[in-house]
Amino acid sequence: MSWVGSSLRRKEDDRLVRGQGLFADDELGAGMLHLYILRSPYAHARILNIDTTAAEALPGVACVLTGKDILAHCDPFMQLGPSPCDKIRDLPLAIDKAIFQGEPVAAIAATSPALAMDAGQLIEIDYEMLDAVVDAGEALADKVILHEAAGTNRTWHGVYEYGDVEQAFRDAAHVVRIPRLHFHRYASTPVEGNACVAEWTRQGTVDFLCNNSFPGFAQQLLAPGLRLKVDQVRIRTHDIGGSFGNKIWNYVYMALAALASKKAGGRRVKWAELRTEHLLGSGHGNERTFLDTEVALDSKGVITAVRSRHIDDCGAYTRYEPLGCVIWSQVLPATYKLRNIRIDFTQAVTNKCPVVPNRGYSRMQQLWFMERVVDICAHELRIPADEMRLRNYITEFPYETPNGCVYDSGNYPAMLAKAKQLVDWDKWQKLQAAARAEGRLLGIGIGTTLDSGTNNFGQAQIMNPHLPFSGNAEVCTMRLDFDGALVICLGTGPSGQGHETATSQVVADEFGIDPSAVQVRSGFDTAWNTFVGHSGTYASQFAVTGLSAVYGACQKMKAEMRKLAAFLLKAPEDQIEFGSGAQGPEVRVRGTDKAMGYWQLSNVINNNNAMLDASLADVTLNIRHVYRPPFSVPDTKRKFGNLTLTYAAQLHIAVVEISRETSRAQILAYAAVDDCGTVINPKIVAGQVHGATSHGIGAALMESFNYDESGNLLTSTFSDYCPITSLNIPDIAYGSIQTPSPFSYNGAKGMGEGGGAPLHAISAAVQDALYESGVIVTGSHHSPPAIFAALQEPNRAHAVSVK
Amino acid sequence: MSTTEPIALVPVEVTVNGQWYRREVEPRLLLVQFLREELRLTGTHIGCDTTYCGACTVLLNGAPVKSCTVLAVQADGSEILTVEGLEQDGKLHPLQTAFSEHHGLQCGYCTPGMLMSAHALLAANPEPSSKDIRKAIQGNLCRCTGYQNIFKAIEAAATELRGKG
Repeated sequence: MSWVGSSLRRKEDDRLVRGQGLFADDELGAGMLHLYILRSPYAHARILNIDTTAAEALPGVACVLTGKDILAHCDPFMQLGPSPCDKIRDLPLAIDKAIFQGEPVAAIAATSPALAMDAGQLIEIDYEMLDAVVDAGEALADKVILHEAAGTNRTWHGVYEYGDVEQAFRDAAHVVRIPRLHFHRYASTPVEGNACVAEWTRQGTVDFLCNNSFPGFAQQLLAPGLRLKVDQVRIRTHDIGGSFGNKIWNYVYMALAALASKKAGGRRVKWAELRTEHLLGSGHGNERTFLDTEVALDSKGVITAVRSRHIDDCGAYTRYEPLGCVIWSQVLPATYKLRNIRIDFTQAVTNKCPVVPNRGYSRMQQLWFMERVVDICAHELRIPADEMRLRNYITEFPYETPNGCVYDSGNYPAMLAKAKQLVDWDKWQKLQAAARAEGRLLGIGIGTTLDSGTNNFGQAQIMNPHLPFSGNAEVCTMRLDFDGALVICLGTGPSGQGHETATSQVVADEFGIDPSAVQVRSGFDTAWNTFVGHSGTYASQFAVTGLSAVYGACQKMKAEMRKLAAFLLKAPEDQIEFGSGAQGPEVRVRGTDKAMGYWQLSNVINNNNAMLDASLADVTLNIRHVYRPPFSVPDTKRKFGNLTLTYAAQLHIAVVEISRETSRAQILAYAAVDDCGTVINPKIVAGQVHGATSHGIGAALMESFNYDESGNLLTSTFSDYCPITSLNIPDIAYGSIQTPSPFSYNGAKGMGEGGGAPLHAISAAVQDALYESGVIVTGSHHSPPAIFAALQEPNRAHAVSVK
Repeated sequence: MSTTEPIALVPVEVTVNGQWYRREVEPRLLLVQFLREELRLTGTHIGCDTTYCGACTVLLNGAPVKSCTVLAVQADGSEILTVEGLEQDGKLHPLQTAFSEHHGLQCGYCTPGMLMSAHALLAANPEPSSKDIRKAIQGNLCRCTGYQNIFKAIEAAATELRGKG
């Protein structure tokens, strides 16, 4: 039997259901200090004076940090973007002005969290309020400038043009114009906030226990920021309570805890973020506006060209951005076969929380845009929603997109058929007709989306040609232990994705042993794990990068074991086979009773090696394998190249009814069909689909970071932000198809981010419900106030036009 | 009150998972902090500051409470059950087994609170409808699972427990 493909019970669960996980905040210790961060109440304000005298005098306060300490001990974090991003001074505390509400201004380390908070109240800060700019389009006018050294709020601009757009518009049977679409700001907000324990050791190094989800990257940013060598920064993680990308840039706060430890004489300092802090200042998803969109279609409703102008809002600092200005182009045409595209892409900083990669990062904004385009065109041309998709889907694979990305495999029509069957499409068509006859607002929406996985980091050079990044890699180390167990370390640092389990399944199959004989280390440690700069859990890649590294390590280990066993059992190597015997995992000589247990092989190498000859000098039973996907550097001038290795797909259908009384959109039925190629663990895959679906439904109906004109965040607690609960989630009818990837050894495609499918499906369902009322759905957030406003002032006359 | 005055400590006696404890604490100390910092029972987690997420749910004299919204001094004299007390004689509680079997957890951060709310539900209502289950955990936020497999796990545990009863 094969372990891959089975729903093996997760190894991680044994500790987690007992409450025995080790999350960063679980680290306790005598004498530990607690950090409280004082944050700017204003979105844009000059800091005139900070008086810390009273706070420092409070018994139990070890130290107070302000901008002065930061300038003395810290250098600005590297920004990835080209000029003017390099002029942005990004430090753990604001120095002379704060540029978003919630930006850290001072920090206190004290003997208890409550005492640190008390001290925070004793710090007096004089601010001079400045005008704030909260809209990226307005920010581009540069009337209010966030980073004066940069001289502009524009952080990136580029034009993506492929095919012959002008000709396609000249030849078009129909041209649909959509002046404005807007993808709102939200985040997946893991239940565990950011946290770390930092210690500035006597040796002058820094030790972090934290929940950063991209430690290899964080280390490269933290070391220069803290004026240390890379190896002087040790980053450890253990269990991480969800990340969804949001924990990629918590290094800014890790640095603050480290500097507090330094100032407090090396005492350990814990920072455990409060929820309000998380919502104000830990990273939001990218907000994007799509302007002046024009769509060319032929007489059959096949889209031949799209041209548009996109403005991305990255909040107050760039950090990981403007990578999002390129990452979306992994899915440039979405699932559709148009070849002529021109998109003018700009990004701006605003006086809002900086953005951070959030599940579906930057691609789902583009996919939502394309889904709105397809959906609005279908309605305007009176083509049924399913028929419109079928006329436009890509159907031949591998498929090279206009910008050189290669969609590995897929079958979107089959997914649509499956989703229709799961949701009971025909029944809902009838019910919809009946509901409409009664004046009820019932809509059915389709969302087709992609979850592109395994990044080619070379795309970063499209954003900034000077960046020394390309390709991708992941590492697995494997040791045959004294007792014959296979002990494995990964570079990945997961946050709930079950890597210990999936790895065990792959190894068990390769060796023909039980997964219980495989031990996968939990957590990550830069001091002891081997890793590469790409190591981490992000961008839907583990099933490809992580498991390919594991698979490669298995082959190397088996080769060494075979060579050693052949020598010890005096048989040719090709006669050595792997299996399980009476005493557990063993190697044996085919057709004989000559066998050795794994522990015996390990013992020879590790304890009893005098009988070995020189031919075995290279056998160590300590394996390291690095997997590198086959990528080349994209053509940065043409913005052309293969940007990701695999393209998992999702197709969702939502049936929604909108109450005329409350303007609330309620989901009546929901189906989600997944295709991630070969499935390693069906239970884990279905769980990822459920989770991504929940995030998308929450975002579409409930969750939004709303700012007022002055840059005050109006949804800064969970009670205001309202993450989706058990009462709001519908039953999800789940199904899957498998189109194996030709580009991964196992046919798997990375998955988990989900591509924002529910946003596409629910926007389409709301559109379907409201179209006859004269409403064009131009936003991605369908809260009751948004729907109420749309019904009060139907916008079709100016939100769309057709020629 | 001036915050520079040292705060007088107050004695608190509780029984947690069958074990008696006495500590002297600041009156403002939250029960969740008491459990985590004083008793080192870190299975009970903190996920928000507005009583929304339920990661800190424990049973206080049998009733589920969000221990971030109870002061340690309010719990004086009471019996508390936390996730660490669910396993008996080395055997997982049927809820713990069901959460694992049905993949009702991913990152595991909300799980202890979820388990305690589900425990209270099944104690009061051994045969809950799917609506009862949704209502019982409406105050427990999970960001990983979309709740689907949590519903299944609680149902399965209810069936298992009824079989035993």
